[in-house]
Amino acid sequence: MNDGGLIGIFLQNLPVLVVVIPLLLAPILAIITAPRVAWVVSVAGVGSAFLAAILLQSITESIGRVTYHLGNWEPPWGIEFVVDSATSLTLVIMTGLAFLATLYARASLLAEIKHTDLGKCYAAWLLASGGLFGLVATGDAFNLFVFLEISALSSAILISMGAGADRRALSAGFNYLLIGAVGATFYVIGVGFVYAITGTLNIADLVTRIADLGGGAALYAGFGFMIAGIMVKAAVFPVHIWLPAAYGYAPSAVSSLLAAIATKAALYVLARLLFTLFAGVPDITELAVTYVIVPLSLAGIFVGTVMAIYEKDIKLLLAHSSVAQIGYIALGFGLASSASVAASFVHICNHALIKGGLFMAVGGFVAALSSRANLASFVGIGRRMPITATAFTVCGLSLAGLPLTAGFISKLYLVRAILAEDAYVIAALVLLSSALSLIYLWKIIEVMWMQPVPAKSPNLVENPAIYLPIWVVALANIWFGVDASWLVAASRAAAAALLGGGL
Amino acid sequence: MLMQLAAIWNYLIVILLMMIGLFLVISRANLVKKLVGLSIFQTSVFLFYITLGRVSGGTAPILTDAPDTLYSNPLPHVLILTAIVVGVATTALGLALILRIKESFGTIEEDEILAAKNESAAEDLLQAKPGAEA
Repeated sequence: MNDGGLIGIFLQNLPVLVVVIPLLLAPILAIITAPRVAWVVSVAGVGSAFLAAILLQSITESIGRVTYHLGNWEPPWGIEFVVDSATSLTLVIMTGLAFLATLYARASLLAEIKHTDLGKCYAAWLLASGGLFGLVATGDAFNLFVFLEISALSSAILISMGAGADRRALSAGFNYLLIGAVGATFYVIGVGFVYAITGTLNIADLVTRIADLGGGAALYAGFGFMIAGIMVKAAVFPVHIWLPAAYGYAPSAVSSLLAAIATKAALYVLARLLFTLFAGVPDITELAVTYVIVPLSLAGIFVGTVMAIYEKDIKLLLAHSSVAQIGYIALGFGLASSASVAASFVHICNHALIKGGLFMAVGGFVAALSSRANLASFVGIGRRMPITATAFTVCGLSLAGLPLTAGFISKLYLVRAILAEDAYVIAALVLLSSALSLIYLWKIIEVMWMQPVPAKSPNLVENPAIYLPIWVVALANIWFGVDASWLVAASRAAAAALLGGGL
Repeated sequence: MLMQLAAIWNYLIVILLMMIGLFLVISRANLVKKLVGLSIFQTSVFLFYITLGRVSGGTAPILTDAPDTLYSNPLPHVLILTAIVVGVATTALGLALILRIKESFGTIEEDEILAAKNESAAEDLLQAKPGAEA
């Protein structure tokens, strides 16, 4: 088994190591009180998960699909991890962004939370990351619920860590916990229904048994509960209400981590349920995407955008805009063509880069200003903190979908996929909402760059530990805007794996 | 009629508990009551799974020497053991957060917290007048 020593073991256990390394390091971190040591361990943990995800991606690109039996129990009795092209692409995006967010976290967390909480904060950070990676990697319906709860509890802890700077983080964390728990319980009720009629929890096994059943009231009830529960987690309109406060009042590093990976994992699970698990009952999935997912995501796009236009607090503004962006991703899944699902994967990656970068940059401003970031405190900040402000602007333009940025590629592929379905009204709505998103971005950019620096304002120091990771993300936004060939190819493979029912 | 009702008795209780729990979560302003509602909601799911595991005529799933023993399905019980742990963790974290909320807001009523939050939002805008951070 362990020929090739430690590296051999690493290579043979990739699917599980992505999840297990962060989870196992978390309890160790909880007792380490030295923040710097805790940070180094976190970087190493998330970094090795990133490495494992990259290796998995190269494996799925060549052989397609990897499975891993936990504890060597044969599925369907034991828990199985399944990694195909869709899984590995999502994992690469999530681990990569989590790695950058962890690199960035040290300086930003030092500025925003109580120093005695730092060790515990990194422990929750690793638990949240590991839980979310597990959500994507697992091939067992009940195990998925466990990962859902691991990530939800640790995210609630991370969000309420923002209480050091602002007490509103506490109620945001509590609401997230409450609404998240209701969502997860809905999911587990659905799993109960499906288990009652199929007698299995292994997803690959469920796929064939559901196809054999072909329908029935209990199956439809299970479907409804599972989809509704995951929609709460993915913050699809109208069950997104936990999101703006949670991202708005969490410490900035936490906002960037969660915005980049948390809803993305839930959206991936949503797609898995719709296109893999319930592929055997096309009538009900078609009903769900046409009459539920598509209208709700369009509504979410507009509600999020309009809320962002009227918001003055920068982090809340970005959080409202996340609701709209989640709408675009869900819309791509809702149209259920291979092109639109591929477009959704492109946008999962690009939105993670965009929002991750924007929240990191806001964290940079907050650390220097030591006050909340809102339009009033942003006056003239472009001249006072040019390095961070330029990176913020790059990510912002990418959010609006300017050519040569990653956001443009997402919009391009999404609109193309919509037009291929002859859905002209939806295409027009998407373009209109993009135009509206320029309003809230311009509002920020105008205040940042075009208003004079207020008199008597103190000099602000820019910390390289903060702006270097932001710039890596900003440059990635430009890179994927100029050469998106790898991402588009990987997304097409992911869509093919997802729609092919190949689990 | 009564016999039919008795046959699905457990499921009726599950639905009743589920509705009570969800209603409490949505309707109560008191955070502790919300959390109690959540616990009831989760408990209804525990009961649901345990009812699913029952095989009519089956005995407790403990291996006996008799060859043709019909056992109830033990798997849902094991799953629910996990879900109970999750429920306990959720309640514990929720109560811890409520304590912190009480410390910093001085109340656990949602409408009063909302009023306090609106005050903070107004303060934010005042503080951040140009140059005010000097």
